[in-house]
Amino acid sequence: MGFKIMPKAALPAWIDRLCADYRVVGPKPLHGQYIFGDIHSAEELALDYTTTVLPPKKYLLPPREELLRFEGSNAEPVIEEDAPPTVVLGVHTCDLHAIHLLDRVFEQGYADQHYRAHRENVVLVSIECLKPCSEHSFCKDMGTLSADEGFDLHLTDLGDDYAVDIGSEKGEALLEGLDAVRDATPEDYERVNHVMAEKWPRFPYRLEFDVTELPSLLAVSYHSEHWDELGERCLSCGMCTKVCPTCYCFNVVDEVDFTLSAGKRIRHWDSCQIDEFAVVAGGHNFRPTRAARQRHRFFRKGKYQWEAYGLLGCVGCGRCAQACLVHITPVDTFNELYRRRVLYTARRQEVHT
Amino acid sequence: MTVLLNETLKQTSIYLPVPARIADVREMTAYEKLFTVELPEGYSLNHRPGQFVEVSVFGVGEAPISISSSPSRSNGTFELCIRRAGDLTGVLHRMKAGDTIGIRGPFGRGFPIERFRGKDLLFAPGGLGLAPLRSLINQVLDERGKYGRIMILYGARTPSDLLFTDELAEWEARDDVELHVTVDRPDENWTGNVGVITTLFPRVQVYARNTIAVVVGPPVMYRYVLIELLGKGIPEGNIWFSFERRMKCGVGKCGHCQINHLYTCQSGPSFSYAEIKNVEEAL
Repeated sequence: MGFKIMPKAALPAWIDRLCADYRVVGPKPLHGQYIFGDIHSAEELALDYTTTVLPPKKYLLPPREELLRFEGSNAEPVIEEDAPPTVVLGVHTCDLHAIHLLDRVFEQGYADQHYRAHRENVVLVSIECLKPCSEHSFCKDMGTLSADEGFDLHLTDLGDDYAVDIGSEKGEALLEGLDAVRDATPEDYERVNHVMAEKWPRFPYRLEFDVTELPSLLAVSYHSEHWDELGERCLSCGMCTKVCPTCYCFNVVDEVDFTLSAGKRIRHWDSCQIDEFAVVAGGHNFRPTRAARQRHRFFRKGKYQWEAYGLLGCVGCGRCAQACLVHITPVDTFNELYRRRVLYTARRQEVHT
Repeated sequence: MTVLLNETLKQTSIYLPVPARIADVREMTAYEKLFTVELPEGYSLNHRPGQFVEVSVFGVGEAPISISSSPSRSNGTFELCIRRAGDLTGVLHRMKAGDTIGIRGPFGRGFPIERFRGKDLLFAPGGLGLAPLRSLINQVLDERGKYGRIMILYGARTPSDLLFTDELAEWEARDDVELHVTVDRPDENWTGNVGVITTLFPRVQVYARNTIAVVVGPPVMYRYVLIELLGKGIPEGNIWFSFERRMKCGVGKCGHCQINHLYTCQSGPSFSYAEIKNVEEAL
């Protein structure tokens, strides 16, 4: 939609203005890590952050939210339409791709009005990553190292300036009346092209195969013994799914107040890694082993979501690897499956020649 | 103008149930009760056999329950046969006619009954599996001329666990229904068959390629019944199941009911064996 230049010196004034009209959230340091939290001035904002503990998903699918309020047998839905519009600053492009997947999940079939209300209330200001954020990220493999859509505004650090790509009218409105912002010139195009060309080699490929092969690799790896090995290590803690930007499975529970007749129906994040996730009334567990649960998670990431929504369920952010106490990582898992497959194929060829 | 119940989900929230009145409660066994449910004026369930609804009691929770009545006998109400198995069903069992529950649905695709026309039908309900199958069986009986033979092989744990005994007696009395009932453990008054459901299968000879088998029962039953059906030569695409899973949201979002890539609440809960034979988590 357009491309502007904002001097970095104008950032504090811009943030102040945004704070006047919006709830502003963004990356900020906490206890040696980064989180997305409320921002009241540019000083709090850490746009050069590495990765956050939780992805910005929490603003679209809160860890815990009211779906309904009831009294007796009457209920009203809780749709947050009058919540203050929220600007999410500094979204990395991996998380932007993840939000794209969430949009498809919650809009496909029965559209989820609760998600939609949050989503329409959010203005996404993403930022181009110029260096790897963690030893676990593999965004380059997953095709999420950049984004040309899905943002309202997109910032690229040009040294003294930010290049600001405008992705929507919602984004454009954030810049209205800012004198410091100017139109980009052909020289600015070159500056951005240069930054982009320089950034690419800084990021490693970590998968030993091309990601387009991932769904078919998983298709032939269902019975791999590697799942049992992961199951032996997995603690079923569910951290991998809690920090994942594309995990959205939830449970719904009722909470009553002291009258015992009024209360709330709550949705909260759930995890397919937890033992009782697939238990039905009567106690039968349809996914009773940790091996099967890990396999289910990785199949959702690398195959099922791709089949159902046309997008991979993993964006390569590396958070699950960072969070896992027993070092189960998607890169290691996918590479190990690939190695075993290559070895298997090689052995078969030997037999046949 | 009646509003289809599942259309209401598109209005404000896909999680908002419609309040419905319990019109009648009938005790069936020590664990199961049959609830007749009446939707508010102007709403229609318009379900297919094999579909389910989400039943709510505010303050307790919500759970998927298969619809037990046939669309052909709807009469403005529908029936749910509910086993007391947890918190919600425990509360439901204490409710009476006139009480209000919440209903969302119907969900799932149900059985493809159009494809069953002209075929011989072999129904194999085990235990509570008769609850969803009764919807299909009564639909078929109400348009009896459209189908070939109707065979019902029903297994229950004990004689006192048998569901819909009045209807079993009706089916038994009909010339155009072949009903075989067995119990795992007889009591002193039981004069019928004793043994698990698979012991009934040698009793029926089928013209395999024109037979549709529909099996609904506890998870452990499917594999054994499948062996019997495949052994009779019934084609894989003609063998139908209805699966129990934890269909928490009913709308393909929450993830609890997934069988590998399939959301049971959307793609099922009825599946043919041909559809799921390579879906490892199904059986």
